[in-house]
Amino acid sequence: MNKSTIDYTARVENEMDLKMPSRSVNEGFARAAVAAFCAQLNPTAVELADLKCAVSEAVTNCIVHAYPDGVGEIRLNVKLCEGRIVQVEIRDRGCGIADVKKAREPLFTTDAAGERSGMGFTVMESFCDSVRVHSRLGRGTTVVLLKRLHI
Amino acid sequence: MIHIKHQVNFETEGEALYIRLSGEIDHHSAVGVRVGIDEKMLSDRPKIVYLDLSSIDFMDSSGLGLIMGRLATANRYGGQLIVLDPSVAAQRMIRLAALDRVIQIQFSKNRKEINS
Repeated sequence: MNKSTIDYTARVENEMDLKMPSRSVNEGFARAAVAAFCAQLNPTAVELADLKCAVSEAVTNCIVHAYPDGVGEIRLNVKLCEGRIVQVEIRDRGCGIADVKKAREPLFTTDAAGERSGMGFTVMESFCDSVRVHSRLGRGTTVVLLKRLHI
Repeated sequence: MIHIKHQVNFETEGEALYIRLSGEIDHHSAVGVRVGIDEKMLSDRPKIVYLDLSSIDFMDSSGLGLIMGRLATANRYGGQLIVLDPSVAAQRMIRLAALDRVIQIQFSKNRKEINS
């Protein structure tokens, strides 16, 4: 699919919000909640697996990197848009990313000792049609995943 | 009580250790799983470690870290690590990271590699 054809202003047909503390036990909950909400669009098993994986990566980033020394708030917003586009926004108020371009490079990690593979953003990019990252040091990071489901 | 969705089973056969993982591998589950596996590997020092991923329902990049980390553990004492029968969920991640270039993957008789 041509990734540039995604319409960022597509009409929102359904929407949900979640707020949770950055505890690792919520990684499974977050991806399951997104999958359950998207089920109304009858996604394929592969599409669901893609979404779950991408959400899991983004939420794990919040837990491991945004709030390294404590527990903060993670907000999740899911929009189901016209044209079978799923938009998932994952937002934290954590430390922010100094160099987003660098952070998105495959295998880049600041936490090798913790066995992080440095593949988080690569997974999101592989399993979604678009990944946007906004980050400000000391203010937090917002990741927006877009995925268009099969017709 | 928190429902634990992941499990580790150990089985020894001669000089080989079979580690069967099941359920979901993410950052949350990987942390606990890796400690148990390393303890077992470093005390038994098996010549070959088979990491059976046939019953993995979900895996994200934390699973890649878990596999590479156990390869490092095996290398520490001169052991060999082989990934056995990775499920669809595990194969997706292995292929994405081209892990099959650095790690040995085996499919037993009744299982097929999924080419999609």
